[in-house]
Amino acid sequence: MEKVATREAYGDALVELGTENKDIVVLDADISVSTGTHKFAEKFPNRHFDFGVAEQNMMVAAAGLSVCGKIPIASTFAAFAIERALNQIRQSIAYPNLNVKIVATHGGISVGADGASHQTTTDIAVMRTMPNMTVIVPADAIETKVAVRAAVDYKGPVYVRLGRPPVPLVYEEGYRHCGNPLRFEIGRAVTLRDGKDVTVIATGIMVAEALAAAEILTKKEIDARVINVHTIKPLDEEVVMKAAGETRAIVTAEEHSILGGLGGAIAEILVEHFPVPVVRVGVKDKFGESGSAEELIKKYGLTAMDIVNAAQNVVQKKNRSTGDENQV
Amino acid sequence: MSEASGTNESYSDELIKGLNEKARIFRREILEMTTSVGSGHPSSALSAIDVITALYFHHMRHNPKDPGWEDRDRFVLSKGHGCPALYAVLAEAGYFPKAELTTHRRLGSILQGHPDMKTPGVEFPTGSLGLGLSAGCGMALAGKLDKKDYRVYVMLGDGELDEGNVWEAAMSAAHYKLDNLIAIIDRNKFQVDGPTEEIMAVDPLPDKWMSFGWNEMEIDGHDMREILESLKQAKKMKGKPTAIIAHTTKGKGVSFIEGNNRYHGKALSKEELSLALQELK
Repeated sequence: MEKVATREAYGDALVELGTENKDIVVLDADISVSTGTHKFAEKFPNRHFDFGVAEQNMMVAAAGLSVCGKIPIASTFAAFAIERALNQIRQSIAYPNLNVKIVATHGGISVGADGASHQTTTDIAVMRTMPNMTVIVPADAIETKVAVRAAVDYKGPVYVRLGRPPVPLVYEEGYRHCGNPLRFEIGRAVTLRDGKDVTVIATGIMVAEALAAAEILTKKEIDARVINVHTIKPLDEEVVMKAAGETRAIVTAEEHSILGGLGGAIAEILVEHFPVPVVRVGVKDKFGESGSAEELIKKYGLTAMDIVNAAQNVVQKKNRSTGDENQV
Repeated sequence: MSEASGTNESYSDELIKGLNEKARIFRREILEMTTSVGSGHPSSALSAIDVITALYFHHMRHNPKDPGWEDRDRFVLSKGHGCPALYAVLAEAGYFPKAELTTHRRLGSILQGHPDMKTPGVEFPTGSLGLGLSAGCGMALAGKLDKKDYRVYVMLGDGELDEGNVWEAAMSAAHYKLDNLIAIIDRNKFQVDGPTEEIMAVDPLPDKWMSFGWNEMEIDGHDMREILESLKQAKKMKGKPTAIIAHTTKGKGVSFIEGNNRYHGKALSKEELSLALQELK
């Protein structure tokens, strides 16, 4: 299966967008070679501003550029964007609702050997509870390109979270799935696989794992629906409620803590409007550590098998509550 | 480096008198608006008001009828708690009706407790200290990109200089040669918990700015001639941003507020206001 790093696709997207729109400026905090913004810097050196290791300054400078008519895209690692410069983002970008895009790479734990200091499992939770913020987590390199474009077209603050390693492609060239052309819309989840017994709602790299899990579940006679929620905020409540109503068992899956991220968002909606059992797949409230991406994904419970187990678990819960142990 | 003085003859007595008279009225309005709602930061506003008056009523290029004018000079009040001073000035300049001043800090007011972009004339939201100079860098960078000659003025407090973010901005301003960026430090020598040199010593200030690659000047922040002259000199500087260290008195204008740090985050009582206004006749 072909694997491409989302940050590579991001760099390519920036060059395309920068060519089309002269108002786009790109900011980085000394890791342009890692985030992918170096591609834009090579093509448009006078529109790329490196702020050195000063994320806080970078975020507010981005805000200052935006009030003067520019469309700033600021990049650094997710841990530093959110956990280091949070006050700056909140006060200078979210509160005044400015047109600044924060595209952070190295989200989650698949960052690998650098270890806990460079990983984050709480960025989605933090950003989705910020008013005025839109939060997007693309599933693969192809979705990254269309997502970044949509983020730039959108008028307002956007947080896009990408990763570090090459990851499997979920979509085909031109943003197609199983040959069908799709349209990326902020806030509209994508049902990639229909199913009636359980729904796996996934985001980011867990979408590919969810599709793999669905195949395994078929052999266990569990028919799983798979939905890609690329936009955590605003959440596509309609698709989520429909899945709850029709399958009555939900698994959420994210490269993030099980606290407060996608799982939290789904649980909040369903508890209030349509309570059905939900089992969350994600990092169980732990910091990360050094290791290879593959080892960490396995150790922290983010594989297709973890989704399979969760699906079986939630289907059991569903059957217990309907009083029918034998049915799926 | 240099002190702004020596060429004061270019400012007429009439001009100086007019600006001082405006500042006197603004001092009254600062105290009235904070007493009216029973909260706010009167003494921080009183130390800043002379510089802000000079900026808006003589030095800066701006148009209250066109707040979005692309070629305007920008002013960011990084020490956002000093906003009563800014509000009084913006009202008089015509950005919004004076009647709004008494709504300061009240529910639904366009004059929020700290500067907010919903207020006509406010360029950037502040309140969380240390961010305004970074915003100024962004605005100055945009000016360079667009080859415009507007200037960006950012007023900081001296307690605010404790924030590391300020020095990130200072470093980047020198790195990007933002000679269209001018920082004005309201050096009133107090922060919330006490005198700056007791809480978190910030001296020697001129040295700090100079070592960060800035031009620096020191002035009496209550002397209109020195203020105007320093702004004029700063505008001529090439290749480096400029820091104007304005030595001020917190609470300037009212004897019992001057040097009394009690009034940092406390409005005057009605009785105290009455006494204060007597001194500001």
